[in-house]
Amino acid sequence: MSVTLDQTIAQRQHTWLTSLLKSQAFWVFVAIIVACLFLTVATDSFATSKNIFNITRNVTFTAIIALGMTMVIIIGGIDLSVGSVLCLSSMVLAVTMHAGFGLEVGILVAVVTSLAIGAFNGVLIAYLGFPPFVVTLGMLSIARSLAMVASNNTVVFEFGPDHARLLDLGGGAWLLGIANPVLYMVALALIVGFVLKWTKFGRHLYAIGGNEHAATLTGVPVRPIKVVVYMLSALSAGIAGIVQTGWLGAVTTNLGTGMELQVIAAAVIGGASLIGGIGGATGALVGAALIEVIRNSLGLLGINAFWQGTFIGACIIIAVAFERVRQMRSSD
Amino acid sequence: MAVLELSNISKHFGAIQAVNDVSFSLEAGEVIGLMGDNGAGKSTLVKMIAGNFAPSEGTMRMDGEPLVMHHPVDARRHGIEIVHQDLALCNNLTAAANVFLGRELYRWIGPIRVLDYATMYRRSGEIFAELKSETRPRDLIRNMSGGQRQAVAIGRTRLSNPKVVLMDEPTAAISVRQVAEVLSLIKRLRDQGITVVLISHRMPDVFGVADRVIVLRRGTKVADKRIDQSSPEEVTGLITGAIEGV
Repeated sequence: MSVTLDQTIAQRQHTWLTSLLKSQAFWVFVAIIVACLFLTVATDSFATSKNIFNITRNVTFTAIIALGMTMVIIIGGIDLSVGSVLCLSSMVLAVTMHAGFGLEVGILVAVVTSLAIGAFNGVLIAYLGFPPFVVTLGMLSIARSLAMVASNNTVVFEFGPDHARLLDLGGGAWLLGIANPVLYMVALALIVGFVLKWTKFGRHLYAIGGNEHAATLTGVPVRPIKVVVYMLSALSAGIAGIVQTGWLGAVTTNLGTGMELQVIAAAVIGGASLIGGIGGATGALVGAALIEVIRNSLGLLGINAFWQGTFIGACIIIAVAFERVRQMRSSD
Repeated sequence: MAVLELSNISKHFGAIQAVNDVSFSLEAGEVIGLMGDNGAGKSTLVKMIAGNFAPSEGTMRMDGEPLVMHHPVDARRHGIEIVHQDLALCNNLTAAANVFLGRELYRWIGPIRVLDYATMYRRSGEIFAELKSETRPRDLIRNMSGGQRQAVAIGRTRLSNPKVVLMDEPTAAISVRQVAEVLSLIKRLRDQGITVVLISHRMPDVFGVADRVIVLRRGTKVADKRIDQSSPEEVTGLITGAIEGV
């Protein structure tokens, strides 16, 4: 039987099912479900509403920043400064409110600070050609130091007249008993997912990560887009900082230490490729969720907490191994 | 009337004379083979036509109007499309996404502007069908053959209605069977009245599709003659300098 050219062209190579089965985020999601079922059976304390509430809330801070980080990784960059930016944003908010300003003013100052840091990173990387690794490594040091300067390295736990509102913002559960940070995470994930899939900006991120030179030649405004992406990454860290301040009710200058690595791990486990051009919002969420489930389950199963790093590290390496296998297959 | 006319074009970078007093004109629906050894000034000439940089001396005219360009986007606006030697494709995106890269289509859902996937798939499908290429709009570039990639890069030029398409070494890195595919793509562009400038090292390609061959040697035009009045041997002699000029 002969197949005409038109039939071949009409044949869709990617149905929704095959693309789902090819997606790393999907398989990580399956792994999480399996782990959760196992833990429900194996322990008494996993499937309690309190534990689920804790897990979902703990996931959020990593997940929110992983959304920003995923965009940076898609364009082939990296942002090591997010942990420190989280701390700086949190501290700026705390100090502003402690000085007697309202919640809105505090949030505004924290957001502007984060965006300014992102813009600084972005301009150095996009317009002056600095390697992202080095610029953001420098900023990792600078932002934390600025947080120490802003607070004189003290713990801030009194947030002025809007103290209660701030705590409610981060620690409350305004809708159906779901922790507020989870609501913010879901909202942000929907926005990022929409932007990546349905906007020119999102499309251009993948183009820049896939072939920056080609993007430039076809008229994609590569440099402005890069600056915006680093600003969004810093903004995501800033938002996480604001929410975390409200949740913790106190800020110290070691907040978010080492968080950049956990965030990058979440993005990579969720399927973002450090080579650039691949990644998605769902991946950031499930990556962060898997890390938190592992952390939580080790505690519940009575395994020494010192093993956490080993398990999470193994997940990162396995995730990258899957990606390597896929690359080798597609290059055949 | 000539579509594109170059008069006494020169370009020097400091003391280096890359292109020296080159003049020629291109007619509609003509395929011109632009040949020359490495360093003969081919790419410099092409980059000037592509708007990458301005000539030091001389003028370019498009349909009789003076053509002044400062940026590659200007060339596109004037109806000049370039198929780059490396094709400028993103491996991680679909064929349709690459065709429309930088020129995405939209539709409105209420007040929100979103990418119009359906129309972009359909339009690229039509373009590939028109080029008689078996490229599928939803396939990733990563999984495509060299010929299909060429079709995607050439498909881009079909979004606008270009008058001139410059193709930089389109057959340099692909298999023999795919070369035939690319040459027939060039013929199809020509049949639609588009002027194609084929920059190539490969004698069989130029003699296979071109109507005219222009030879550059050390920045100077040494020949500009109809293919049927020349031979591969003569052109080789002109390129190397064994034949001084005709």
